[in-house]
Amino acid sequence: MKHIAIGILGAATLGLVASAASAATLDDVKAKGFIQCGVSTGLAGFSAPDDKGDWQGIDADFCRAVAAAVFGDGTKVKFTPLSAKERFTALQSGEIDVLSRNTTWTINRDTALGLNFVGVTYYDGQGFMINAKKLPGVNSALQLSGAAVCVQSGTTTELNLADYFKTNKMEYSPVVFEQLSEVDAAYDAGRCDVYTTDQSGLYGIRLTLGAPADHVVLPEIISKEPLGPAVRQGDDQWYHIVKWTYFALLQAEELGITKANVEEMKASENPEIKRVLGQEADTKIGTDLGVSNDWVVNIVKAVGNYGEMFERNVGSGSPLKIARGINALWTKGGLQYSPPIR
Amino acid sequence: MASQEILREEPSRGSFINDPKVRGIVFQAVVVIVLVALVWWIVQNTIDNLTRLRIASGFGFLRGRAGFDISDSAIAYSSDSTYGRAIVVGFVNTLIVAAAGIVTATIIGFILGVGRLSHNWLIRKICMVYVEVFRNIPPLLVIFFWYSGVLSVLPPPRESINLPFSSFLNQRGFYFPRAVWGEGSWLILVALLLGIAMAWFVARKARQRQMATGQQFPVFWTSAALIIGLPLLAYALSGFPLSFDYPKQSTFNLTGGFQVKPEFLSLYLALSFYTAAFIAEIVRAGIMGVNKGQTEAAGALGLRPGSILRLVVIPQAMRIVIPPLTSQYLNLTKNSSLAIAIGYPDLTATTGTVLNQTGQAIECVLIMMVVYLALSLLTSAVMNVVNARMALVER
Repeated sequence: MKHIAIGILGAATLGLVASAASAATLDDVKAKGFIQCGVSTGLAGFSAPDDKGDWQGIDADFCRAVAAAVFGDGTKVKFTPLSAKERFTALQSGEIDVLSRNTTWTINRDTALGLNFVGVTYYDGQGFMINAKKLPGVNSALQLSGAAVCVQSGTTTELNLADYFKTNKMEYSPVVFEQLSEVDAAYDAGRCDVYTTDQSGLYGIRLTLGAPADHVVLPEIISKEPLGPAVRQGDDQWYHIVKWTYFALLQAEELGITKANVEEMKASENPEIKRVLGQEADTKIGTDLGVSNDWVVNIVKAVGNYGEMFERNVGSGSPLKIARGINALWTKGGLQYSPPIR
Repeated sequence: MASQEILREEPSRGSFINDPKVRGIVFQAVVVIVLVALVWWIVQNTIDNLTRLRIASGFGFLRGRAGFDISDSAIAYSSDSTYGRAIVVGFVNTLIVAAAGIVTATIIGFILGVGRLSHNWLIRKICMVYVEVFRNIPPLLVIFFWYSGVLSVLPPPRESINLPFSSFLNQRGFYFPRAVWGEGSWLILVALLLGIAMAWFVARKARQRQMATGQQFPVFWTSAALIIGLPLLAYALSGFPLSFDYPKQSTFNLTGGFQVKPEFLSLYLALSFYTAAFIAEIVRAGIMGVNKGQTEAAGALGLRPGSILRLVVIPQAMRIVIPPLTSQYLNLTKNSSLAIAIGYPDLTATTGTVLNQTGQAIECVLIMMVVYLALSLLTSAVMNVVNARMALVER
């Protein structure tokens, strides 16, 4: 009996030690040798496994960029597919280190949920898709009164949908599923007339339907959906590493540093490029952040710059063929802007 | 008295430590202290971690505006309602599907259970195949079977199947006219209640008369006449206040009328058919548990087979059937949480959505656990009362 009691007390003490140690994510990540990255259960262009089972997409590549910054090796990532409902709990509980899962940045998630969004890797907006063959003559979301609308539960999409129909005094009946694949199947089977999610997602989903050409995305965008990676609160160092990985991707594109020319660029005379790539004498930019000084070189070698990442996954190099639009750099009329790396 | 005291006194074992009574108390106290400490430590650790991660906690979030819509709601609900109300909507939906499922599963189960003991070879084998098939498939698959059945077999709304009484069947569910009660229709309800009360009274009187004199009275037909006739009379007297709201074709769906959604339909059918297989086995066990001599004795008294089953076998079988039947009812209620797979907004689904919109994971999971526990305990309590009334009263 005494032994059991001692055992329980011992376990309790160990538990206390373990929970106290989880504060420094960078140390934990280095100790286990990889980054645990939360992604979607499969959304083309953002995070979806390819035919070899490797995760592809902007969100998956972003995790590789973080791994490259920390380890100098973009392959040291393990992916955890999460439903919309599971994603925050997984991050809060420490099951994953970064949540990079087409997640909308909102004030509620930054405050009450205890998260910190690091930036916006994709500026999106919510749209509607219908089967134009079954519903000829519908060409605006304002004609959708009375429709059955398929939507994923526990998303900002679900809330925007309610607001939009209420504002426009229209009726609808929601058909709500937890998993994206279930929503896809129900829409394809005709359980609902309309599919609503972020517009980029609609283009991706359309490709997976039985007859993609029958479906059209309506022109209305009813919300702002800034999608970006998030980390837990209470660990500033890790927050900075993930945030500046994102900015480094933008900065590299702005300076014209690509996957192909990054080695040549190291010898560049341009002081800004030299500084960003860690070639300045006695530079402390990388080590101050908690990574090596050639972190930007590693990031670009692993996934390229932001523009390359975009074109490869959702842009001209992908089946989605989404234009850069507001996701272009600020110098080209878009919203992507990095503070100076200096 | 004094002699008993002396008998109870145990021989001294010398040392206080070796006294089994003292040791027993000490060890029990230690276990309780450790248990309390462990619970306290878990709670404290959780609170500490939540504060450290800056996650809001407490149940205040239930008063916030939900902001999302729910497809199937038996009580008034809109996106302006509170999170608390959204959870209540889910709870009511769970209750509805569980109650409907329990009634249907019991009826199908009894028919199958009796059918498995039928003298007719075909009926016996059909019932056996049914039981063996449904009992050995996971309930989630049964639900998917019905759901994809509803979705892939039925036509889209524009090509709905027309059924009698202006009912329609399509992918979006089952539509039928909804009764719209006009002025004075309360009279019909009163008449219906009156009819039921009178039928009950007649049945009681008839029983007493049969006990006393042996004369029978056509209770069934009298009751039917009372329960159907009285409301009809009231309907005519109050000037035919009832009208119907018929489902009509609109741009997207049928509008108007009453719609039973495919999510509810498939969950309800799946749970009923799945649980019915288990109930059938319980009923069969119950009937087989009744001594064969009882049937033979009843036959010797000149009762017909139907009457033997109804008056002699089933009442005795019920004593064996009810306790395991309770577990099946509890299982059905808990299995209803599989609704989440097909998007029926039951307690688990709506509370899950609330969880995700608010991030209050611990509170929401706690609410779900407490509600399911309460629901199960309540079902148990009711079934225990039924069991006590059915139990053998020895004379």
